Amino acid sequence: MILDLERFIAAEGAYWSELESMLDQLESGTTSRWSLTELQRFHYLYERASAGLAKLATASAEPTTRRFLESLVARAYSEIHETRQRQHRLKPLTWLLHTLPQTFRRHVGAFRLSVYITIAGALFGGFAVTFDPEAKEALVPGQFRHLMDNPADRVAQEEAAGAGLTPDGMTSFSAQLMTNNIGVSLKAIALGMTYGLGTILLLFYNGIILGLVMGDYLLAGQGVFLAGWLLPHGSVEIPAILIGGQAGLMIASALLGRGERRPLGHRLRRLIPDLVTLIGGIVLLLIWAGIVEAFFSQLHAPILPYEVKIAFGSMQLVLLFLYLTRCGRRTESAPAQP
Amino acid sequence: MSERVATLSIRTPEGVLFSQLLAGPVTRFLAWSIDFVVVFSVVYLVQILVTLLTLLSPGVFEALGVLLFFAISIGYAMVLEWYWRGQTLGKRILRLRVVDAEGLHLKPGQIIVRNVLRFVDMLPAFYMVGGLAVFLSRKAQRLGDLAANTVVIRMPKLSEPNLARILSDKYNSLRDYPHLEGRLRQRVNPVEAAVALQALNRRDTLDDEARLELFHDIAEHFKRKVPFPDEVVRDIADEQYVQNVVEIIYRPRRPQT
Repeated sequence: MILDLERFIAAEGAYWSELESMLDQLESGTTSRWSLTELQRFHYLYERASAGLAKLATASAEPTTRRFLESLVARAYSEIHETRQRQHRLKPLTWLLHTLPQTFRRHVGAFRLSVYITIAGALFGGFAVTFDPEAKEALVPGQFRHLMDNPADRVAQEEAAGAGLTPDGMTSFSAQLMTNNIGVSLKAIALGMTYGLGTILLLFYNGIILGLVMGDYLLAGQGVFLAGWLLPHGSVEIPAILIGGQAGLMIASALLGRGERRPLGHRLRRLIPDLVTLIGGIVLLLIWAGIVEAFFSQLHAPILPYEVKIAFGSMQLVLLFLYLTRCGRRTESAPAQP
Repeated sequence: MSERVATLSIRTPEGVLFSQLLAGPVTRFLAWSIDFVVVFSVVYLVQILVTLLTLLSPGVFEALGVLLFFAISIGYAMVLEWYWRGQTLGKRILRLRVVDAEGLHLKPGQIIVRNVLRFVDMLPAFYMVGGLAVFLSRKAQRLGDLAANTVVIRMPKLSEPNLARILSDKYNSLRDYPHLEGRLRQRVNPVEAAVALQALNRRDTLDDEARLELFHDIAEHFKRKVPFPDEVVRDIADEQYVQNVVEIIYRPRRPQT
């Protein structure tokens, strides 16, 4: 049967226009709150348009009208059938003291794996530099060329230079460090979409560089300088990158869906709020790490004694550990699956 | 490779099926190119400004430049997709929109995740991974879309249908034969009717030769389906014949009052 399209449009057109104008109001955010009558009217118009679409789909293949109705029904559908929790007003303190550490703990298995992979890389880097000094040249990327020097020479240079950078230079250096590290962490997350392979490689490679530098300085007897230089910022920067790896591995786990019967889309969708929370945490940690690295880590003895730097870095690490493992425990609900 | 579909179909709990047109890789690449030019221009302007300001305080403004460059390149799409409900400037120009893959509201979390995952879609260069994923995936999703459960749809400009533009109130000689008119309405299926209606809708976009040929073919088809007497058909041009047929199909005879 072919519909009497002209009569159909004449009868329904006014309802469609009314629905369209209500949708425009909703989408532009010009309406604050609808009364019950308005809501009932909106629902009625949506059902009427849906019924019209169903009639059109079975009785006529006229595409212009159908597409117009489909677009109306699609817009109204998203307004009416949205069942996910509405965004609450962001409460920064609650987010910081509860949501972030709780989210971290919910996926602590992925974090542990991220740590193990980095440690494996660090061991590899450490062994490489111990048994094959040429490995340093092969493995250290261009941006870390300054690490190619003999550690003892570098320590002597840094200590002779005193504060090193000017305050202006520190500010600029801090910004570069923040953006670079945030970029690396975001890459670790994004590479989770390669079923975690890219994330694992990135973490392993970061571990190699770390192990290589540590091995090099320890072999040269510069362990105190290394701890004083690395701990103040590394105690925050390295965990932040590891959390990036954790988020990447969470994505990989959702993609693999081992032991999960729910479809892929559902698994990924469920992960989104936790991913966003971890991304927010990473950005905060790395902003702090960037400031510390530029304004604190680059100051060496005799201006700033190494004991002070090591104490500061160690304290920071302990506080971060306590924050991630203890904060928000009281409001924590029953343990969710990793 | 999963089977590709050109539309995103959603069945509502009321049992109504509606679909939205999915954007292909080429249109999306064009939208991205526009966005790239916009981001590049904004960053360039910011760099000029920062270079001038570094004369005042080199370190602070150099830092500001680095942070702004990072914020603009990462945040451009996030901010605009949130503010314009799934559209950046490039998508707006090409009438594309990011929507939830299940037809629901696009959430800020989805926008953040799909944009953070750009890093992997951009690999190794020029969105090759993303482009390949769009090409291979069933719903034309890049990896970021897959993780955020979003799709990019096309939104052709739609206005309320206006049949009066096509169907006139002039005398229709085919209506002089009510039994053939009834047979025509009975025998023509919705697809054939829609083809004829679309041809009339778009006739002004065709060149003369194509227009003559198209309406000749359609008219011949209908003439074979329900033959009207020669004296009626003889003096009507093919295009007019098709218009008369469409009128009969979509505007049945009204009862006399």
